Formats: sequence, C-alpha cells, structure tokens
Amino acid sequence: MTAGRGGTHLETLLSAKEIALVCGAGGVGKTTTAAAAAATAAAHLDARVLALTVDPARRLATALGLEEFGNAETRVPTAAFASAGVAPRGELWVAMLDTKASWDDLVRQHAPDPATRDAILANPLYRNVTGKFVQSHDYIAMERLHEIHASGRFDLIVVDTPPTRNAIDFLDAPDRMAEFFSSRLLRWLIAPYRSRVFTAASKPFYSVADRVLGAQFLQDIAEFFILFQTMYDGFVERAKAVTRTLEDRRTTFIVVTTLEAAPTREAEFFIDALAERKYHLGAVVCNRMLPSYLRDRAAARAADAMKTNTAALAELVTRRVGDRGAMEGVLREVAESYLNYRVVAAREAEQLAELAVPSELLVTVPALERDVTSLADIIEVGTSLW
Amino acid sequence: MLDRRLLFVTGKGGVGKTSVSAALATLAASRGRRTLLCEIDAKGDLADVLETQPLTYQPREVQPRLFAMVMRTEDSLKEYLRLQLRVPFIAKIGPLARTFDFVASAAPGVKEILTVGKLAHEVRERHYDLVVVDSSATGHVVGQLAAPQAIRDVVRVGAVRGQVDWILDILQDREQTGAVIVATPEEMPIVETIELAASLRADTDVDLAAVIVNQVLPELFGDREESLFAALRAPTARRKLIAELGDGVDSVFDAAQLAVDRRRARAEHITALHDAMVPSVPLLYLPYLFARRHGLRTTKLLATALAAELGVEA
Repeated sequence: MTAGRGGTHLETLLSAKEIALVCGAGGVGKTTTAAAAAATAAAHLDARVLALTVDPARRLATALGLEEFGNAETRVPTAAFASAGVAPRGELWVAMLDTKASWDDLVRQHAPDPATRDAILANPLYRNVTGKFVQSHDYIAMERLHEIHASGRFDLIVVDTPPTRNAIDFLDAPDRMAEFFSSRLLRWLIAPYRSRVFTAASKPFYSVADRVLGAQFLQDIAEFFILFQTMYDGFVERAKAVTRTLEDRRTTFIVVTTLEAAPTREAEFFIDALAERKYHLGAVVCNRMLPSYLRDRAAARAADAMKTNTAALAELVTRRVGDRGAMEGVLREVAESYLNYRVVAAREAEQLAELAVPSELLVTVPALERDVTSLADIIEVGTSLW
Repeated sequence: MLDRRLLFVTGKGGVGKTSVSAALATLAASRGRRTLLCEIDAKGDLADVLETQPLTYQPREVQPRLFAMVMRTEDSLKEYLRLQLRVPFIAKIGPLARTFDFVASAAPGVKEILTVGKLAHEVRERHYDLVVVDSSATGHVVGQLAAPQAIRDVVRVGAVRGQVDWILDILQDREQTGAVIVATPEEMPIVETIELAASLRADTDVDLAAVIVNQVLPELFGDREESLFAALRAPTARRKLIAELGDGVDSVFDAAQLAVDRRRARAEHITALHDAMVPSVPLLYLPYLFARRHGLRTTKLLATALAAELGVEA
C-alpha cells in the first residue's frame, strides 16, 4: 500500500540503488522491514541481494529457512521461496554482523606486522575497548558494508542498522573514527608512556588518574593505544572511504517508524540529520499502521449508536431472552473497543500528517496481526512495501 | 519491590521503560518515601513523562518527595574527585575531567562505574529512601551492572579498587537492590526479557526484582461471549443491525475482531514469558492505555495500576 506514485516507489528505488540503509528507533520493526525489502527485491529483480543484519531474532533465521546464519554470507534456499509461493528472479543472501569477528578481521588487515597483530588480538583490553570507544559498533557496520560493496559480490545490499541510542551515531562513525586516531589528545595521552617522561602539562592528570585507576591499569590502556596507533594510516584512509560510500549516489536511506510520538520524533530528527549531511533519503516507511476503517465516520456513528442503545439492540438480535443481558455486554464491548482503537488510529493519522516528508517518499505498511514466522510472512510485509 | 532501596529499570527500546520508571517512583513517593528518579540515557524522555523542565545532574523535587535527575558521567566524576579524593581547585577539574572522560569512554567499565557508583553512593549515604534508575536498554544494562565486578578484576590497585567493594556490597544485597525488566507482550521484547533475565543471573549479582509487562490489551470477550459475537455477525443479526445503525457496522465488527486477534497474539507471548521465568520473580501487568500515552496523567494512571498489581495503596 504505497502512497504517492502508484505503488512502485520502493521498486524504483531498489532497482536504482546498490545500498539501502534501513534505520529508525528501536522496536519499530527495522529488522523485518529490511528483510522484507531485501526478500521482495530478490523476488522481483534479477539481482543478487544481501540482507545484512545486526542481531537477527532466531525466528528470522528460521523464517528464511535457515538454521542460523553468521558473519559469512549465506544464501537463502530457493526452496524457501517456493514454499512461500514465489519464484524468485534473483538471489537472496543474508549475513549477520558479528562485531567482534569483524574487528578481528580489520586488525588482521591493517596491522603492520604479525607481531603487532598478535599483540593487539591478545591484549586483554582489546575486546572491551573496541566494544566501547567511538561507537565502534556503528563504525564496524559501515566498514563491513564498504568492504562487501567494494567486492562487487552483490547488486543490492540492504542493511539493518545497529540499534543506536541515537540513530544518528553511525552516520558520523567513520569520521569520528578517523578523528579519534588523528587526535592530538590521543597522542598526548599516550606520550608519557611512550617516552616515560612526564611533561609538566600532563603530570597533574596522571597523578590523579593514577590515584583513581591505578598506574598499572592506565599503562595497560596506553600500551593498547600505542599498538593500535600503528594501524593509523590504514584506518583513517579506510574510514574516509567508508564515508564516501555513504555519500555515494548509489546509496540510499530508508527510515522506518511507527506512528507513535517518540519513534516519529526520532525519525524526524534522523531525516533532518540525513539532509544536513546531504545523504539520500529514499523512503520513509510508516510501519504497523492500523486499518483505515478505524477512521471511517459511518463506523464511528454506528459504534456511538451501538453503545447508547445496547438494550434495544440486544433485544432485536437475540432470540433467547436469557442471552440478552450477555449480548448487551458484548455490544457494549464491541462498540467500546472500536472507539478505543479509533483514538489510536486518529493519533496515527495526526502523526502522519505532521511528518514533514514529501508524500512520494512515504510508504505505509499495515500492521500484520501475527508474528513473522515464515518467508511468506516476510514477503507479505514486502509486498505492502513494494 | 517497593521496599528495596535501589531499582534498575530496563527493557528493550520502545516498551515504555521511562514511563514505568516514572510510575514506580511516583508510587513510592506518594506512599511517603523520599525517592530519587535518575535517567541514564539523557534523551529527555523523563522530563516529558513528568511534564517538567529539562532535568539536570542536580536532583530537583518535581513532586512532593519525588526528586529527578539525569546522569552525566562528567559531573559524576567531578563529584567523585571532590568527595572521595578531596582534589582541590575544583575550577581546574574542567579540562582534566574532559581528558578523563576521554579515557573513561575508552577504558572498560569506567563510565559505568561512575554511573552505578553515584547511584550506590546516594543509597549508602541514605539521601533517599529509594533510588529508581531509568536504566540503559537491555543490550547495555548487563555491562553497567557487571562493571564493578569487571573493574575489580582488572584494576588491582588505586582508589577505584577501594570503592568497588562497597558498591558491590550494595548491588549484591537483594534486600536493597533489584533489577526490573519492562516488556511489552510482543515477540522481540519478550525474547529479550527472557535472555536478559538469564544473563543477569549469569553475569551480575543483581537480583531480578520483577518483570513488568506493559501495554497489556484488555480481554474483550469470555468464551461464552465469543459465540454471541459470532451470532452478531451472522447474516440475520448483521442485517438487522445495519438497518438500525447503518453501513458502519461491519467496520465496527472488524475492529472488534482485530482487538480479539491482537489480544490473542499478545497473550501467547505472555504465556511464553510466564513459562520461561523462575516462579519466584513476580510478573506484573500494566494495561495498554488507549488515550494519550504520555505525560503526567499517564504516569499517574500507571502508578495507580502498579499499586493495584502490587496490592498496595496508591
């Protein structure tokens, strides 16, 4: 059910682009939307499509006909499509982003020599630090994306972006990574440990830091950073390449939201951030919308009248006198429930109207009143996207 | 749960973690306890649900006995340095703290310990009867709660090491400290809740005080009523109703069916949760609010519902 230009918007978009990044607040159905877009693209386009996801629900793997999938790209068997009643024109591949494994790969690529590489990988702080600094998770997602895209193995890559506290972080992750490695702060910080000469400027810092954390611990950190710095050039260059990929005309962003206040606010914030960075906004998916009959005036009138005339109506439709009391209750519940959901639907409509997005970019997806458990379900969601 | 002194409220994004934290704190305050409510991810949601000015690190009394603040590790560090190390020349801490913040964001557990340490400090000093923490989302909360232990394992000497022990004493005391997981009855939030409950047990010493299932839909019909509803939709009754109420009747029926289906799907997830949880962990249910779902009125409605679930007076 696509607004705007007659139901072909996502088809057009995904036919033209090579990378689609699906983003939005937590809990809005990002993973399913990304899988649905990828599966539907694979079904309709003669293309090799990769769905790159961060943390798939095990059910998603099962739904795709896979036991599980990991860091390596795995092809979804054609049989899974057949059981969904679809003869795919292309291929659907999936891969999960394993942050730790991806970091290890990166270190292996960029370490200047085997000794440094092993020292980094063996450093007890390595995992902790890579897990924490400069949104490494966001960065590694972009890095992996860049690597796969550059390999030319896929015609289209749909990325389910990492859950970020602030969805914007990963856009800036490559820049921040480059900044981090070239920062004077980092050099200044590790300088004393490198030269073992405390400068006057850094002395107060270290004396306090030593008292708080213990000198040994701080030295461990510094040594780790020194090792990491050996990869500086490779990293910075790479981070810049990743940024260029995001800016590329072949890359687009799909923002997913539900029409509740908080996710919508986050979506708007994100759309602004994309514009600021001159990234391409391809579509805004309003997910899990309530059916339009909840906005129907005739229905509202009927519900109102039903609620006020339960006794007369119960008499009218109930043959057994003994059932009338219970039927009154049912009529009241039915009417009340309609009016309740109508409030929610009205709020959704208001949020949709307030979304400052060109209508041709809006894609509305109706709520699926069951969990996504099979490729058929995924394709059903995809069909309403397409 | 309300008798504890430190509660970490967590849950997947979008489940109403902040609203439930606020409701919990509001309930405690209304029952006479001096309560501190702290937002960790400073997104400003807490100020919204309390309908108050933006919150600061310095707690502010927003309702009688209810104090609210946002966590800022830099401020926490300054306070720590001032209180614990008696570092003089507060003015000079600024650039130092920034540098430190930089190290803290890289070093494992330092930011977390500054957060958890500050909250445990408030408990230890008995500044409040109860501290409610609108904590990080499920993915990060274990890291936060496991930080003191991790620090104790890595840092062998130094002032921090000395601090970690009393923090752990507070966190490990189930009379004092508990985690509360908030979920909605949907697939992913429930799956994450079950996983988080397991990893809290495996990776931290913090007791799971309760799981709160938020946004539970009302049950429309009992068994017998469902057959009456079916009778209403049968051709004869339907024709009569359309004659009385107009064409909108079908949509009203469809909406009722939608409500029944939705409730049923969600009930399955609640059953799954129920089956997966240790019986000793209380499961509490809060209703889906069809009307406005934000702001002070909502917070108070949730607090009242929570009181009913806990069997206490609001």
